[in-house]
Amino acid sequence: MKKITIDPITRLEGHGKIEIFLDDAGNCERAYLQVPELRGFEKFAEGRAAEEMPRITTMICGVCPTAHHIAATKALDDLFKVEPTSAAKKIRELMYNAFFAEDHILHFVFLGGPDFVVGPQAPAAERNVLGVIGKVGLEVGGKVIEMRKRLRNVLRIIGGKPIQPSCGLPGGVSKQITEEERKIVIDAGEYAVEFCKFALTLFDDVVLKNKEYVDLVTGDVYSHKTYYMGLVDDNNRVNFYDGQIRVVDPSGKEYVKFKPQDYLQHIREHVEPWSYVKFSYLKNVGWKGFADGKESGVYRVAPLARLNVADGMATPLAQKAYERMYEILGGKPVHSTLAFHWARLIEALFAAERTLELAHDPEITSADIVNLPTETPKEGVGVVEAPRGTLIHHYQTDERGIITKANLIVATQNNSAAINMSIEKAARSLIKKGNVPDGILNMVEMAFRAYDPCHACATHSLPGRMPLEVNVYDAKGELVRRLETKE
Amino acid sequence: MAKPKVAFYWCASCGGCEEAVVDLNEDILKVADAVDIVLWPVALDFKRKDIEALGDGEIAVSFINGAVRTEEQEEMVKLLRAKSALVIAFGACAHLGGIPGLGNFWTRDTIFQRVYKEVPTVDNPEGVIPQEKMKVDVGELTLPEFYDTVKTLAQTISVDYYLPGCPPPPDLIMKAVTAILKGELPEKGAVLAPDKALCDTCPRVKTKPEKLSIAEIKRLWQIKIDPEKCFLEQGLICLGPATRSGCGETCIKANQPCRGCFGPVDRVVDQGAKGLSMIASILGLEGEEKMTEGEVKRLVDGLVDPAGTFYRFSLAASLLRRRRIE
Repeated sequence: MKKITIDPITRLEGHGKIEIFLDDAGNCERAYLQVPELRGFEKFAEGRAAEEMPRITTMICGVCPTAHHIAATKALDDLFKVEPTSAAKKIRELMYNAFFAEDHILHFVFLGGPDFVVGPQAPAAERNVLGVIGKVGLEVGGKVIEMRKRLRNVLRIIGGKPIQPSCGLPGGVSKQITEEERKIVIDAGEYAVEFCKFALTLFDDVVLKNKEYVDLVTGDVYSHKTYYMGLVDDNNRVNFYDGQIRVVDPSGKEYVKFKPQDYLQHIREHVEPWSYVKFSYLKNVGWKGFADGKESGVYRVAPLARLNVADGMATPLAQKAYERMYEILGGKPVHSTLAFHWARLIEALFAAERTLELAHDPEITSADIVNLPTETPKEGVGVVEAPRGTLIHHYQTDERGIITKANLIVATQNNSAAINMSIEKAARSLIKKGNVPDGILNMVEMAFRAYDPCHACATHSLPGRMPLEVNVYDAKGELVRRLETKE
Repeated sequence: MAKPKVAFYWCASCGGCEEAVVDLNEDILKVADAVDIVLWPVALDFKRKDIEALGDGEIAVSFINGAVRTEEQEEMVKLLRAKSALVIAFGACAHLGGIPGLGNFWTRDTIFQRVYKEVPTVDNPEGVIPQEKMKVDVGELTLPEFYDTVKTLAQTISVDYYLPGCPPPPDLIMKAVTAILKGELPEKGAVLAPDKALCDTCPRVKTKPEKLSIAEIKRLWQIKIDPEKCFLEQGLICLGPATRSGCGETCIKANQPCRGCFGPVDRVVDQGAKGLSMIASILGLEGEEKMTEGEVKRLVDGLVDPAGTFYRFSLAASLLRRRRIE
């Protein structure tokens, strides 16, 4: 049996590896995406003071530290049973949305966008952020840097530094926003709204006006009919910061809606011996292997999943964009993995609009930023939507607030089963009779790039493409062909 | 003249150091212009074979972030050492072990036990744990070995310079790059940041009394934190006195005390020991003689998780290194 190794897929945090096994006819029989990395935060959280968790768990991911910071901080609210002040909630939500907008746009421009703007079959050397700039103009590149700078400055104002922020406390935040700073935040918000509108127009021009791309997005190669999960507010609209967890089945019908504190009744993790990552699934449907459909507990999270579980968006421009996407793609739910890209842009616009709304809120500069806890800590759960999906922090402590047990369900892990399925489906659809043309590399990349795996520092990097090395071995283990994607 | 070859590589880390490079904003274009980047897995083609094909010392400088936890990381940094004239430990994890170094309170087995068997969401009746080699129905798959102990970069290979911080701030990165390009480097082994304690540059230094004394240690959630006053003066543990300056006091500006990511100043070997002795010297300084044994105990008990506080970023680099393996 032939084995194709894609190692390392380096635009992952640390390393990722894909192994594709071909049958005797040279068609793909199985494919695995392995994550050869583990740091064990669940274990070394034990013994730490609970209030330090927002500043320890940020180091799980330097790309989405804000997500861990806020999830940990919300877990502290629940642990100490203290309600944050109204201003503190808004400050946190403001920080969170500024982060979301920046993170999502960077993914589109640097990572996801090149496949569409430059083209899935374009020469590898052009299929990157520079290629995007070449197509859409230098000015856009400058705008991306400018937007990132401004939004990350918002993160600096609230959390000290954009990478590994420090502001979350049980019951609030540590720093007030001044009127002077409010102006900077408003400027950043306005800039971001304009840029996100532009990004959606670009998506329209480049993708939706190109039949080939529309076929790719709506075709079967990248489609999986799964359950979807995401946070929604009281009106079932998308919310990144707070709400209840809603799950819809593959037909789009609400399967369950539950409070974050009840996650143990609904989520389980499966362990495979061939990867350090665990595979989340719906407990009450069950683990039926790497399969889609209503009988399999595999679910998906992140942009498209959030839009699929929600009834709409809470801001006007994003709501319009939301309606338009479902109208064009033929109603809810949308199962195409590539539609994650579209959903991501709609969410970026929502995040930018929400940033601006909150920046104008009279209360955002309030000095009333923390409520001191009075209850004895015992157990707390904090949930947010990270850019890459539902993120759960769960702590138990002794009466002094020292962590005795911690459990973390990290965003990408919720998608890990689906990512493996997507890789395999793409490989099966695209590799025929042992024929591995250069073009398939990118098509395989696209199968998981859409999820923006959280290993994805990828999201924010220059020049924005996935380098791969594919080795094709014959049955004796002799190297018969090597393919490399070149810069 | 050919541009100097530069490599970026990461080990056990979070990606924040890669973000820190992107946060150079426009300056990254200047850097990219002045050098020839031969390896940057996060951004460019990763070709280990190409690195292997280079002559010894042919790479002018390798910036390596992350602690060393797996076999694969160890091999890769050894290869880069051989091929590089200079190696710079980039960021707290490469410098000191960083947050992943807290794994040294445990072993591989205790971590696996917790992650794959114990946590309440895992359903794993057969007790499956990831294996370095395993047969699947269609063939064999492998994973790199996960070590018991997290090591710093300097415990693995010889390191020329250190860029401290979680993550290193843009100004220090640019200063280091400029110094390398101009060949104006200090003595080998130097930390490329000011050799001053954070307290010396802290905006709150004016409120730090001549003679500090803590009558009762406070947790972050027990008081409303004063945004102007020295944290120690408020009874909050701050590692400022035991930590090197150069970070821009970012956490302090967000009204949170220092946790020591820059490591110690030059003359200090063990940051945690320095921090502990600093606290011990100011704890209950007023009226110490009059305290009962019970009062002393209560005072000291207020200091929770000393190992995880004072060695937050530096456990792997410290004299303690790790918890003893039974």
